[in-house]
Order: sequence, then structure tokens, then C-alpha cells
Amino acid sequence: MSGPRALQQPLSLKIGSSAFLIFWCLVAAFPIFWIAVMSFKSPIDAFSSNPLNVIFGPQTRAAGRGLSALDIALGGAVVYAAARLSMGWLGRQVRALAPMGQIWLGWVIGAAAFALGFVIVFFGILPMVLNVLDPLAGPFGRDIIGLTTENYRAVWIDRGFSRNFVNSLIVTTGVVTVSLTVGTLAGYGLARSGSNLAFWLLIVALIFRALPHSVLVAGYLPVFINSAEILRPIMGDAAPTLYGKPFAVIAVLVAINQPFTIWMLRSFFQNIPRELDEAARVDGCSHFQAFRLVIMPVMWPGVITTGLFSFLLGYNDFLVTSLLLDASNQTMVPAIAGMFNRETTTTDQVQAVAAAVSITAPLFLLVMVFQRQIVSGLTAGAVKG
Amino acid sequence: MKFRTFAIFVGPSVFMMLLFIAFPLISVFKQSFYVTQPVYDQVTVETCTPGFLKQICTSEVKSQPRLDANGAPVTQTRFVGLQSYRNVLEPDRAWAALSRWDLSTLLTIDFWKALRFTVMFTLVTLPLVLVTGLAIAVAVNNATKSLRGPLIFVSLLPFIITPVIGALSIRWLFIGDGIMTAFLEWALGHNISVFANAWAIEALMYFYRVWHVAPFAFVIFYAGLQTVNQDTLESAIIDGASRWQRLRYVVIPHLMPLIVFVSLIHLMDSYRVFDEIVGFASQAYVISLQWLTYDLLTPDDSGTRAISRASASAMLTMIGIVILLIPLLRKTWRDHKSQVH
Repeated sequence: MSGPRALQQPLSLKIGSSAFLIFWCLVAAFPIFWIAVMSFKSPIDAFSSNPLNVIFGPQTRAAGRGLSALDIALGGAVVYAAARLSMGWLGRQVRALAPMGQIWLGWVIGAAAFALGFVIVFFGILPMVLNVLDPLAGPFGRDIIGLTTENYRAVWIDRGFSRNFVNSLIVTTGVVTVSLTVGTLAGYGLARSGSNLAFWLLIVALIFRALPHSVLVAGYLPVFINSAEILRPIMGDAAPTLYGKPFAVIAVLVAINQPFTIWMLRSFFQNIPRELDEAARVDGCSHFQAFRLVIMPVMWPGVITTGLFSFLLGYNDFLVTSLLLDASNQTMVPAIAGMFNRETTTTDQVQAVAAAVSITAPLFLLVMVFQRQIVSGLTAGAVKG
Repeated sequence: MKFRTFAIFVGPSVFMMLLFIAFPLISVFKQSFYVTQPVYDQVTVETCTPGFLKQICTSEVKSQPRLDANGAPVTQTRFVGLQSYRNVLEPDRAWAALSRWDLSTLLTIDFWKALRFTVMFTLVTLPLVLVTGLAIAVAVNNATKSLRGPLIFVSLLPFIITPVIGALSIRWLFIGDGIMTAFLEWALGHNISVFANAWAIEALMYFYRVWHVAPFAFVIFYAGLQTVNQDTLESAIIDGASRWQRLRYVVIPHLMPLIVFVSLIHLMDSYRVFDEIVGFASQAYVISLQWLTYDLLTPDDSGTRAISRASASAMLTMIGIVILLIPLLRKTWRDHKSQVH
């Protein structure tokens, strides 16, 4: 920056600005941090009125579940080493081993293998080693923080949350793949066509984006419940009841997300110079060949960003999935709503907290890995207007 | 690009939108004028109880649902005109309450209660989101370069979190003897119970929404701040503009298009407020328009869904969206016209 003296800030402003930032970070992260802490405690500790009890968990510790200073130190060291490895070594390995042009596949496999290895070391080998070391370490081996994974076990195994997880996985994967396939084609078409029709399509899409989802669901619900009878003349006895079917929900979510997807992808495609596909056309490609051979290799940043937002829509949705799916194939977010409706004991509540943290954890990882894409996605829409 | 190629590229997307957005809209519009009910038959039943000498027989007229061959109740759909709208709006009661200036009676009717909250929610959170977003953007822009990445990461968390879960996580801070309630009790010195007060729940819902959307505003304003013309800023400094004046007369006018964009998105989104109601379980105190439709669509105790009333309430919600969008559409139309000519 130029004019250093004039732009130099008085101390009070600097302090005020930093204080505000610290306050904001606290407000932003605290609720999430706090439910994460609660989820690892026994019910009495988690809902204790003394915050120190929530953090150190005396009841949990008394039940024989806790971490000693040694546990914390070694666990921290493993996590730190894993983080360092994943930043440097993993990238080099992937680049070295992956076949050319398939680098993303290499990343997927590499990340999966790395995650598996981390889980084995952290949850398998480390506890065994520590069980041996703790009695030898004297005062450092005594539990200082109560910590239990009991709530998670109860939620995932006893309450069948893993089934909801699989349903969520099916729905979000479906939503992301279908909406990207359909959306990329449309986004490309809209970006390259300057016609009036394209303009009006975008405007109609903008109106559709503003619609409350419950309005649309009010339209689907009677049709989906009676779809077997409605479709019988066309499809015979094979006519399905769409209510409660994940693929019907995927179709609905894709359609709801479509206006946003095509707006975003269009703005990404507009940033890819027209000359690129014009050159391909001159060389004798058809529009589709130009799209497949020239545009597809350079469009990945936009597609990944849009895919992230489709993922968020499918993953976070409560309204559509809770109305169109029945209890047997419910996704995670509506399932947790059912869990806290019957919150009678504190045990139920802590389990609901653990379920909430389980839902949040993948999103946390997502922000860590894709922070740049999320930011660019948010701004892409705004700059183009 | 030829029309045919364009149609092939855009076709699947347009088809999906027609089938799952445009068609349901039309069908909701139609449904709101019809009511589907089971058909009831008037049956005369004679019941006799044995008595001395003579049986005592009574015959009474009962209505029972007509069943088809499979034993399922037969339903019929009939046109009821605006009856469903009347059921939702309850115009007689509303008008009576209004003419007496009795707002509390008016707000006992679900639709008006929901409308009051939805409109207030939209209008209260909008300035808060803009101001908070801008403040964070300016402060982060002020921070050391190496800190900006982590700051953006932390700021994105409230935005990315599942809305229902975000609302829940804030609720758990306050519920019972949660940490915030314990803190407030300690600070104020008397017992409080946050979730027994409608206004406290409502305030928490406003707070949640600002917490959730401010990061979005922040990211966009932050991107805008990177493109502020440094020369203009410098000349403002030379002209002796104070820090506040620079913000007011250089930075904010530069960000104006982005402020309009964020406001529009926020208006659309907060008008559809829904997840907060679920997360804070506030339906006994505060409901929103979208929640009203949702509630009518969920099966009640006898397993029936009030589809026609839900459709009517959905159409009424739509009117609000149309009012919201008219200025935007007019502006786009004018821009488009001026581009063509």
C-alpha cells in the first residue's frame, strides 16, 4: 500500500478491530465447539450448569473414561503428524503415482487410503499402546479430562443412525451427480447463446429460485402418494409409488437446485474465453465435440464449486426429505429432528448432540479442504450479478 | 449457436424445472380450489335390545365412510372455490379483530401470526446481516495477511453448518442450565428460563439467522473490498477525508451493487424462514409462513393431510414472493431493454 503514514492506523483502531475479530470468531465457532465437547461427556456432565464440569467431565472420569496428560500429548502428536503428512507427503505421492490426466482419481484413492490408515492408527493402535504406557507414566498417566465415545456408539449402532447416514449418502450423491450433469449442459448452452430465449430462461430460473420449497412440496405430495394409480395406465402394474423413494427425492432436489446451478455454472462458463471453442469449431468440431474435448478439461474449478453447493443443498435439506421420505429411509437431518422430539431424558439429549456433531463433522472437513472453492463460488454469483 | 443445439444443451434442465417446479405450481393452484374428502353415506341402522314381551328397537341415522371393493374409503373431490383460502385467512375473525384494533386476537389466527413473524424476521435481520457482514469484512481486510486464511475458515463455519443443526447448537447453549443461561443467571443474579418466553425465542431466532448469513455477506463484501480503487482512496486521503468518511463516501458506494445483491438473496431466503422453527422447536410460540404450509402437509393424528388448506396457504405465501420480486424484475427488464436498444 502506498502512503504508509496516512494509512497507518491509530492504536485504538487496531485494538478495536482485533477485539471485534476475536469476538466474532468466538461467536462463530463457540456453539459448534461446545456441542462437540458436550457430545463426548456423560449426560450429567454434558448438561451441568458449571462450564468447567462440562469441559473436564468429573462424572465421566469417575466412570473410568478419560484421557491422561500422556494420552493428550501422544494423540496430539499423531494428529499433528497426520496433518503434516497430508499436506506435503501425500500430495507428492499422489503426483508421483497417479497416471497422467487422472490426478483427481489419484487424490480420491490417496485420501481414502490415508483416512483409513489414520483411523487404524488413531483408534486401533494408539489406545492399545496407551493402555500399556499409562500405568507406567505415574502422575502423567492419571485421567484429567473425562471423555467417552458411548454417545456416538449409542446413536450410530443402537439407534440405527448409520442407516440414515447411508440414505443421506445416496440422496446427496444422486443430487450432486444429476444436477451437475444436467446443469453443466444448460450452463454452457446459456453462456454461449446470446438469444432472448436464454435471457428469459435465466429470469424464470431466478423466479423459481425464490419459491419457498413447501409450496412445491404441496404440489408433489398428493401426486407422489397416488402415483401408482396415476401412472398405471402408462406403466402397467410396475407403476411405482413415488412417495418414500430416494430417487424421487433426488429428482425433486435436483430440480429445486437447478436454477441456482445454471446461474452459477453460466457465470463460470462466461469466464472461459469464447475463442477456445470457436477455435475448436474452426478445426471442424461440432458443438458437442467442442464441449467435450475443449471445454470439459478446463471447466473443473467451476464444476467442483457448484458441486459443493449442490452437496450442501442435498445434505442440509430438512423440509423436502422429511415430507417425501418415510421413517424407514429417512436421511440424517430429519432423523435427528425426530430424535429430539422425544427428548425426555438427558441421555436422549446427549445422544441427539452426538448425532448433531456427527452430521457437522463432514461439513467441517469440507470447509477445510475446499475453503477456496467455497469462497470463489460465493463471489462468482455476486460479481456477475 | 443454432436454436436446435441450444435446445439440446438446455433441454434436460428445462424439462426438470418444468416437471418439478412449474407443473407443481399449477397443480397447487388447482388444488387450492378443491377439497378431497371421504364419501360418507347416511345409513339408517336399527338396533334392537331384547326386552320383555317386546324387543326395544331404535333406529338412528349414522354416517359412515363408503368403502370400495378393497375396503379402502372412497374419496371424492369437489370444487369449493375460495373456501380453503377462507379457512386459512379466517377473514371474518381477522376483520372483526382489526376493526377493534385488537392485534392480539388477530395474531391468534395461525396465518396472521405466521405473516407477522415472517415479515418482521425478514426486515429485522436484513440490516443486521449487512452491518455485521460489512464490519467483519473491513476488520478481516485490516488484519495481517497470514491471519486472513484461518479467519475466513472460522467465519465460514456458521454458514456451512446444516441450518437445523446450527439452530439446535445455539438452542443447546440456552436450554435448561446450558452454559449461556448459567452465565446470564450468574450475571443477573436471578433464575431465568429462556425457552418459556416467546420474545426470547424470537430474539434467539434473529440472532441465529444473523450468525448464519453474516459469513455470506462477509465473503462477498470482502471480495468487493479487494477491488476498491486505491487511487480514489489515496486522493480521498489527500483531500483530508477521515477514516469514516473514506468508508462512507468511497468504499460503500463501491460496494453498493454487492449490498443490493446480498439484500436480495437475503430477502428471498429469510422470507422462506423454516429451519429455525424446527431447530428451536418454537411452534408453540412463533411460526412462519413456510412452516404453516409444512404443518398442514404433515399428517395429523388421524393420518390425514390438509392438502387443500396447505395449497391455499402456499398460494398466499407466493403472493409475498411476487411482491418481493416485482422491483427486481422491473429493474432487470429495464436493463435488458436498454441493452437491446
